[in-house]
Amino acid sequence: MADDILTVEGLKAYYQMNYFGVEREVRAVDDVTMRVMANEIYGIAGESSSGKTSFIKVLAAAIRPPFRIVDGRVTYRFNGKPIDVAHAGEDEIAKIRWKHLSYIMQGSMSVLNPVRRVRSTFEDFAFRPMGLKRDAFWEAVEAHLARLHLEPGVLRAYPHELSGGMRQRVTIALATVCRPEFIIADEPTTALDVVVQKDVLAMIREVQQALGSSVVFVTHDMSVHANVTDRLAIVYAGRIVEEAPTRTIFTAARHPYTRHLVASLPRIGDTSPKPSLEGRPPSLAEPPAGCRFHPRCPIAVERCRREVPVLEERPGGHRVACFRADEALPAEKILNVEEPLS
Amino acid sequence: MFSVFRDLIRYNIEFTIGVVLVGVIVAFSLLSFASPVDPTAIYTTIPDMPPSAEFWFGTNSRGQDLFWQLTFAFRNTLFFGLTVAVLSRIISITVGLTAGYLGGWTDRTLMFFNDIFVAIPIFPILILFYFVLRNNLDMMKLALIMACFGWPFDARLIRSVALGLKHREFTRHAVFAGMSPARIMYEEHLPYVMPIVFSTAMANMIWSIGLEVTLAVLGFTNINVPTVGTALYWANNHSAMVVGVWWWIVIPVVLIVMTFLGLFLLAVSMNEYIDPRSRLRRMGA
Amino acid sequence: MSAPPLLDVRDVSKVFTMGGVLSRKQIRAVNEVSFALSTETPEIFTIIGESGSGKTTLARMIFGSDVPTSGELKFEGRDIAARRGADRLAFMARVQPIFQNPFEAFNPLKRVDRYLASTARRFLNARTEAEMEGPMDEALHHVGLSLKEVKGRFPHELSGGQLQRTAIARALISQPSVIVADEPVSMVDASLRMAIVNLFKRLRDELGVTIIYITHDLATAYYISDRIIIMQKGHVVEMGPARPILEAPQHPYSQLLKRSVLSFDDAGRGLITRSGREEVDTSAEALVKGRLEPAEDGRLVRVG
Ligand SMILES: Nc1ncnc2c1ncn2[C@@H]1O[C@H](COP(=O)(O)OP(=O)(O)OP(=O)(O)O)[C@@H](O)[C@H]1O
Ligand SMILES: Nc1ncnc2c1ncn2[C@@H]1O[C@H](COP(=O)(O)OP(=O)(O)OP(=O)(O)O)[C@@H](O)[C@H]1O
Ligand code: SF4
Ligand SMILES: [Mg+2]
Ligand SMILES: [Mg+2]
Repeated sequence: MADDILTVEGLKAYYQMNYFGVEREVRAVDDVTMRVMANEIYGIAGESSSGKTSFIKVLAAAIRPPFRIVDGRVTYRFNGKPIDVAHAGEDEIAKIRWKHLSYIMQGSMSVLNPVRRVRSTFEDFAFRPMGLKRDAFWEAVEAHLARLHLEPGVLRAYPHELSGGMRQRVTIALATVCRPEFIIADEPTTALDVVVQKDVLAMIREVQQALGSSVVFVTHDMSVHANVTDRLAIVYAGRIVEEAPTRTIFTAARHPYTRHLVASLPRIGDTSPKPSLEGRPPSLAEPPAGCRFHPRCPIAVERCRREVPVLEERPGGHRVACFRADEALPAEKILNVEEPLS
Repeated sequence: MFSVFRDLIRYNIEFTIGVVLVGVIVAFSLLSFASPVDPTAIYTTIPDMPPSAEFWFGTNSRGQDLFWQLTFAFRNTLFFGLTVAVLSRIISITVGLTAGYLGGWTDRTLMFFNDIFVAIPIFPILILFYFVLRNNLDMMKLALIMACFGWPFDARLIRSVALGLKHREFTRHAVFAGMSPARIMYEEHLPYVMPIVFSTAMANMIWSIGLEVTLAVLGFTNINVPTVGTALYWANNHSAMVVGVWWWIVIPVVLIVMTFLGLFLLAVSMNEYIDPRSRLRRMGA
Repeated sequence: MSAPPLLDVRDVSKVFTMGGVLSRKQIRAVNEVSFALSTETPEIFTIIGESGSGKTTLARMIFGSDVPTSGELKFEGRDIAARRGADRLAFMARVQPIFQNPFEAFNPLKRVDRYLASTARRFLNARTEAEMEGPMDEALHHVGLSLKEVKGRFPHELSGGQLQRTAIARALISQPSVIVADEPVSMVDASLRMAIVNLFKRLRDELGVTIIYITHDLATAYYISDRIIIMQKGHVVEMGPARPILEAPQHPYSQLLKRSVLSFDDAGRGLITRSGREEVDTSAEALVKGRLEPAEDGRLVRVG
C-alpha cells in the first residue's frame, strides 16, 4: 500500500545461544506480520517478557547477537525509497538513524553515559544530524527540553544527579530533538508522574501530528494506550493475538487474553478484587504447542492444543487469532474472578 | 575453565596467535631447566660461530652457546616483567578501587600519595638504588622497586571507572544484599576494570622490560644475571655488530618482539572474554 | 512511656550542591518532611509526587544511603545515620529497599542469583548451598518465579518484569520489617502489577511488614494504601488517610494530579491534552511560605 511507512512480513527473530556447552533458543518474536501507516500511532501491549522489546529492537535495527532474525522482512519507506532493515548493512542503517528513525530505549540509563554530562550526550547524538550552527543548536535543544518541562540546567548534570523521571525525559528529548519521521518508543513514560506523563504524551501526539510522523509505542500500561494510540496490537508469548483500532480493543475485544487485560485495569474509587490470570507467562524457550494461550485460557478446547490459530482479518481492520473469536461468550466465562496468584 | 579456553581458541583468531607466540617463548625459556651448560660460565665452547646445525643460534664472543644462553635470559626477563606487572597491578587495583568506591578522605589521602609517585622521576632513583645496593641488587629487588613506581597512572584510571560505578544502582543493591565493601570492589567492580588492568599490564610489561634493558645496556644492573638486557650489554661490549656477530643482537631482538606481540594479542582477546556482551557478539557473528 | 515508633522522620531536609566551581547551584531536594510509622500497626505508606520532588532522595535517607542535611531519622528510637558495622548490617536486614529501575539494579556482568545468594548468606547465616536455596526459591515463588528460571541467568537475558520480580524476591529473603519500594511496579504489566500489589498487602497482613510504597500510579495507591503523602518540589503538600485524600484532594497540586490520571472513557480517540499545570501555582516560593494545617478526615494540607 502506498501510505505504509513500515511493513513487517512473517518476522521471526530468536535469541540463539550456544555458549559453553549449553544450547538455548528463545523465540521472542515468532511469525509477526503487521504494518504501520504514515501519520499514525501504533501501540503494542502485552505482559512482561512477551517479547515487546525484542520485537521493536528488530524494528529499530538494534539487534545484537545472540538475537538474530531467522526469517521475514522489515521494510521501511522513507521518501519513497524502501529499505529492509532486517537485511541492510550497518552503514545504510546509520544513514537513516536519528534523522528518519529514532529509538527511545527501555531503561533510560543505558544511553546516558554515567561519567559524562548530559550535554556531551546531546552533542554526540544530535549535533551532526541537526546540521545547525552551535548556538542555534543549543537554543533548539533548550527549547525542546522546555517542552518536556526540563530546565536547561539538566544539560550540566551527570545522569546520577537527575531523578528517574528527569532521565527518562532527557532520553525522550534526545530521540525527538531531530524531529524524525518514525519514532520507536519502548516504555517511554513509565518513570514519570501522571502530570508530566500526560504532558509528555500530549507532546508526542503534537509532534507526531505536526510532522505527520509515525510512532510505534510500546507499553504495558493500557491507560496510556487508550489515550495516545490509534491502533493497538496485543502481544502474547511472541505473537500478535489481536490487532484493531484502539477503540475496538477497549470496547469490543474478541480474544480472551485481551478481554482479560481490559477487565483487569484498576481504577481510582474501585477496590473490588481484580481478575487475574492463572498460571505463569509461558517460557519462550519452550512455548506451548497450538495456541500459546491455551494453558491459561478459560475457554480452551481440544483443538487449541494442537493447532495454531492464524491471525484472521475481520471487518473494521480487526485481526484476531482465536478459534472461538466468533462465538458470543459472556464475560463470566472468560474472566474467572479470584484472589490473584501467590 | 577448559571449555572457556577451548571456546576462545575456536572463536578468536587473535587469541590463538597470541597463545602460539607466547607459548613458543615460554616453552623456549623453560628449556633453560634442561640446559647442559651453566649460563654464568664463559668460554665453554668455540666463540663467534654463526648459527648452524650444531649451534642453532650461534655462539657469542664470550664462548657461550647463544641458544642456551637466551633460554636463561628469557626466563629471567619474562619472570621479571611478570613480577613487576603483577605487583604493580595489585597496588593499582587496590588503590584505584578503594579510592573510587570509598571516596571522601580515603580518596584524598590515596590520591595524594598517588601524585607523589607520579612526580618522582624513576630513572635517577633506579640508578641511586644501583649505587646503594651494588651487587645486592638482584632481579627480585629490582622488580619490587619498579613495581612501586609502575602503578600510579593506572590507579588513577581505575579510580575514575570506580567512581562512575559507585553511583550505579546495582552497587547500592549489592550493599543491601549484604555484600561487604571488599566484595563489592573485588567482585562487582573488578570485572569492569579488568580490560584496563590487562591492557595496562601489557604497557607495564613493555615499560618494565624496556627499562630493564636500558639499565642493563648502560651497565646499571647486575650484569652477571643473564637477561635480554644483559645479553645485549655483552653484545654491545664486544661490538658484536661491528665485528659481524650480528646474530648476537638480531636473535634476541626478534624473540623479544615476538614476546611483545604475543602478549599484546592475548591481552586484547582476554578483554573480550571478560565482557560477556562482546563475547556473545563474536560467537553469534 | 510508650515504645518509640518503628520509624520516626522529623523535619528532614536534603540539599544538593550541583555544578562546578563557577556556577554552583543548590537544589533543595527534600524540605522539612515529618512522619512516623508505628510498630503495632503495620501499614502501607504511600508517597506520591511530581517527578524530581525528592521521593527517591527521601527513600535513600530512610534506608541510610544518604544523610539528611538537617533533621533526624530514627529507626526504633535510634539514629539511622549513626549505625555502623555489624549494627548497620542488622539494620539493613530490617529495612530493605527495592529500586526503581530493574535494568540498573543488577550488575550486567554478573549472574542475577548471586544477589539472592548473598542476601541469604549474610542475613540468614545460610552456610550450605541447600540452606541458601530454600529461602531463595520460596521468595521467588512469592513473586511468581522460581529459582530454576533465574539461576545462572545474566540480567540481559531476563525481561524488565522478570528482573523487577527478582529484585522484590531478594528483598523478601531477610524477612525485613520495613520495605522501601521505589516505584516497584512501574515496569510490570497490569495483571502482574495487581499481583505484586496484592503481595504487598499480604506481606502487611500476614507478616506484619510495613511497606513504604513510592509510586506514580494513583490507582494502585488507592487500592492498597493506608496513609499517603503527596509531594511537590521537596515539600509535602497533603498527607493523611489514603482513600479520602485520593477521592477528594484539597491541595491544588493534588487536585491536578488526580485530574491528570488517564481515563479509559475516550479510548482510541486520541484526545489527549496537556495537563494544564501552568494554571496551578507550582512555584517554589508559594510552597516555602506555606504551612501544613490540619483539615478534615485527619489530613494535613499545605496552605498559605
Ligand atoms: N539477550 C537475551 N538473551 C537471551 N534471552 C533474552 C535476551 N533478551 C531477552 N531475552 C528473553 O526474551 C524474552 C522476551 O523479552 P523482552 O525483553 O522482549 O520482553 P518485554 O515484552 O519487553 O518485557 P518487559 O515488559 O518486562 O520489558 C524474555 O523471556 C527474555 O528472558
Ligand atoms: N546526587 C545528586 N546530586 C545532585 N542532585 C541530586 C542528586 N540526587 C538527586 N538530585 C536532585 O534532587 C531532586 C530530587 O530527586 P529524586 O531522585 O529524589 O526525585 P524523585 O521524586 O524520586 O523523582 P522520580 O519520580 O522522577 O524518580 C532532583 O531535582 C534531582 O536532580
Ligand atoms: S484459540 Fe483456544 S486457547 Fe487460544 S485463545 Fe482461543 S480459545 Fe483460548
Ligand atoms: Mg521490554
Ligand atoms: Mg525516584
